Amino acid sequence: MALEITAARADPALLDLPWDTPLEEWPDEILAAYPRGISRHVVRFVKLSGRVLAIKEIKTDIARREYEMLRNLRRLDLPSVEPFAVISGRVSRDGEQLDGALITRHLQYSLPYRALYSQSLRKGTASRLIDALAVLLVRLHLAGFWWGDVSLSNTLFRRDAGAFAAYLVDAETGELRVQLSDGQREHDLDIARVNIAGELMDLEAGGLLQEDRDPVEVSERIMTRYRELWSELTDTEIVDTGERWRVDERIRRLNALGFDVGELAMTTDIDGTSIQIQPKVVDAGHHSRRLLRLTGLDVRENQARRLLNDLDSYRAALGRQADDEENVAFDWLHEIYEPLVRSVPKELARKMEPAEFFHELLEHRWYLAEKLKRDLSLPEVKEDYLANVLPTKPDEKEVVGVDTVEMPVVAWDD
Amino acid sequence: MATVRFDKATRIYPGADSPSVDKLDIDIADGEFLVLVGPSGCGKSTSLRMLAGLEEVNEGKIWIGDRDVTNLSPKDRDVAMVFQNYALYPHMTVADNMGFALKIAGVDKSEIRRRVEEAAKILDLEPYLERKPKALSGGQRQRVAMGRAIVRSPQVFLMDEPLSNLDAKLRVQTRTQIASLQRRLGVTTVYVTHDQVEAMTMGDRIALLKDGILQQVASPREMYDKPANVFVAGFIGSPAMNLLSVPVTQDGAKFGTHRLDIGRDELANAGSKVVVGVRPEDVEVRTDNDGLEIEVDVIEELGADAYVYGSPVSKDIHLEGSDEEGERPFIARVDGRNVPRKGEHIFVFPKPQHIHAFNQETGARLI
Repeated sequence: MALEITAARADPALLDLPWDTPLEEWPDEILAAYPRGISRHVVRFVKLSGRVLAIKEIKTDIARREYEMLRNLRRLDLPSVEPFAVISGRVSRDGEQLDGALITRHLQYSLPYRALYSQSLRKGTASRLIDALAVLLVRLHLAGFWWGDVSLSNTLFRRDAGAFAAYLVDAETGELRVQLSDGQREHDLDIARVNIAGELMDLEAGGLLQEDRDPVEVSERIMTRYRELWSELTDTEIVDTGERWRVDERIRRLNALGFDVGELAMTTDIDGTSIQIQPKVVDAGHHSRRLLRLTGLDVRENQARRLLNDLDSYRAALGRQADDEENVAFDWLHEIYEPLVRSVPKELARKMEPAEFFHELLEHRWYLAEKLKRDLSLPEVKEDYLANVLPTKPDEKEVVGVDTVEMPVVAWDD
Repeated sequence: MATVRFDKATRIYPGADSPSVDKLDIDIADGEFLVLVGPSGCGKSTSLRMLAGLEEVNEGKIWIGDRDVTNLSPKDRDVAMVFQNYALYPHMTVADNMGFALKIAGVDKSEIRRRVEEAAKILDLEPYLERKPKALSGGQRQRVAMGRAIVRSPQVFLMDEPLSNLDAKLRVQTRTQIASLQRRLGVTTVYVTHDQVEAMTMGDRIALLKDGILQQVASPREMYDKPANVFVAGFIGSPAMNLLSVPVTQDGAKFGTHRLDIGRDELANAGSKVVVGVRPEDVEVRTDNDGLEIEVDVIEELGADAYVYGSPVSKDIHLEGSDEEGERPFIARVDGRNVPRKGEHIFVFPKPQHIHAFNQETGARLI
């Protein structure tokens, strides 16, 4: 069998990689880092034609399945890594067949949870990661995706205005259904809970968990956060006919959680005294869609919320409430946002994304104002931030290496 | 420990024309290792998930012991899916890797310790309990992962193609290990595979499904010796049973020039043709013009034995299972010291005590 590459846009440079060698033995000089995670499979990162790719060695049929699954998830607009190619037909130099490989693109500015723990962290990071994972799980479940192996290890995190946004990395065990049963959702949640507790206990055993909270207790949060969000997004509510404003209120509550209501089912009872309302279709990304529409900026949900708040205060400060929102947004973008994020020197740009930088500036303004007891302009704040804060932050554009061990238990060497 | 009972359990996916699992009836004994097997799409995984609580049961019931679990959540069923997650945690000891899920479940420390030690004894991991997984061999790591399920001491173990991502050699080793472990533990186990060899070697009994319908549930031996219908006959056994449609005569069935004694009563309602089955090792090979004439195409030497692959000389005889992809060969196992040559014509018929015959229309077993 000849080496075969399946990809939407195959990069010929892929052929230059040493596919006749087991991934574990690839020479250091072609690897982007020495990535380690808790993984069942061997995973390596390489730099190819200017991008970082993650390569997972896995049986060809499973690789193909996961490749298709990731494509479907992206088609459904669910946050997941981008599949790049499947390699099959690998043969070693002495003629032995090798496993296939799944290649995904590295998600820029994303962080594995273990990398987050190797930095000195703000308190409550574990909780914020779990909150992000709960949102991801709810979104996947709403779309009918059963994950089967929910864990922090199978998730990547991106900073999102002080919080995190979670992305699915590993879809190997997943299945797409028309709709999930309660049993399937509960099972995913149970898996998530056990895995998270295990992962946090492992950090604790390795002395990496700075917080002294009990991992078991922290892991419980995935259940409560998930259930709260699920019920807010899907529960039926009974409203008195005279209280129709409560329909609007429900929609506003969903918007505040970052969801848009695509379809709302409303039924009145026989005597017409009450209305039942139930969201049927909800889409995540309420704020980021609004910001995209107004400014063309494509950022994550909390960042968008932050930027929109600043846009609103800009509008209020200039007394332009009567103006078209689009026109005000255009001016804000050109007068405020762009000049600030463009002024970051190149050597510091790898530290964080522009929208996160802008969020940091707003935070820093608040901090400086407290300290100096006066109002400050954003350009002023920026000078201080660039001089004193940003240089101390780690580069996060291409974090792939974390200091843990890879442990494929399927290998058999006794 | 418990019995498991599928009681006319049915799963119909929304919008589907036919049930994915149709009135499944199986009684599984306490401590039994039952394998659900069948081609892809036969409903075996769906059945397992119905038992696990991951798939709705639209009609019928599922019992674990004397509890009706049909509407219970997965957590409340006291079943464990094995191998669902076999990542090990590098900083935790082997003992903690095995016992951490109990900690989450609120089991107290001394009880966790007791169960972990008990599991370690069964898994030959006692000397390693305080080590980190890194210090273990691959096989030992895999046993740690098994230990994680064992310490939960569930009433039923569920395994869905646990060996599917292992290579062939590992699969054989792990298969043996799972089977022997299950026997030592004596926990009722339901195991899903598409591989009939896996099913035959591991199960106390096998349940074979096709298109959501149970074809037969029996011991591997019975499944092999007395397949309930043509489908079972063709699915179980490797190489597969030779199945040929032959004419019925007054006093039996005609297999080439040879007359097979099938029994008047059995043939009474069979129609003008029956499907005769003969396993490769039960073929009588002759050179004296008695039987069905076969031209030898390929010889596969195995040392003591050899497999002969050939095709009927008469163009009217076709092996069941032949399709556009090609004619199925007739396969016979012969003495390795007395092997026909390629191109030679031989005559074959089933050894009298090993004839299988099936109704041409319904596929049901006649004898």
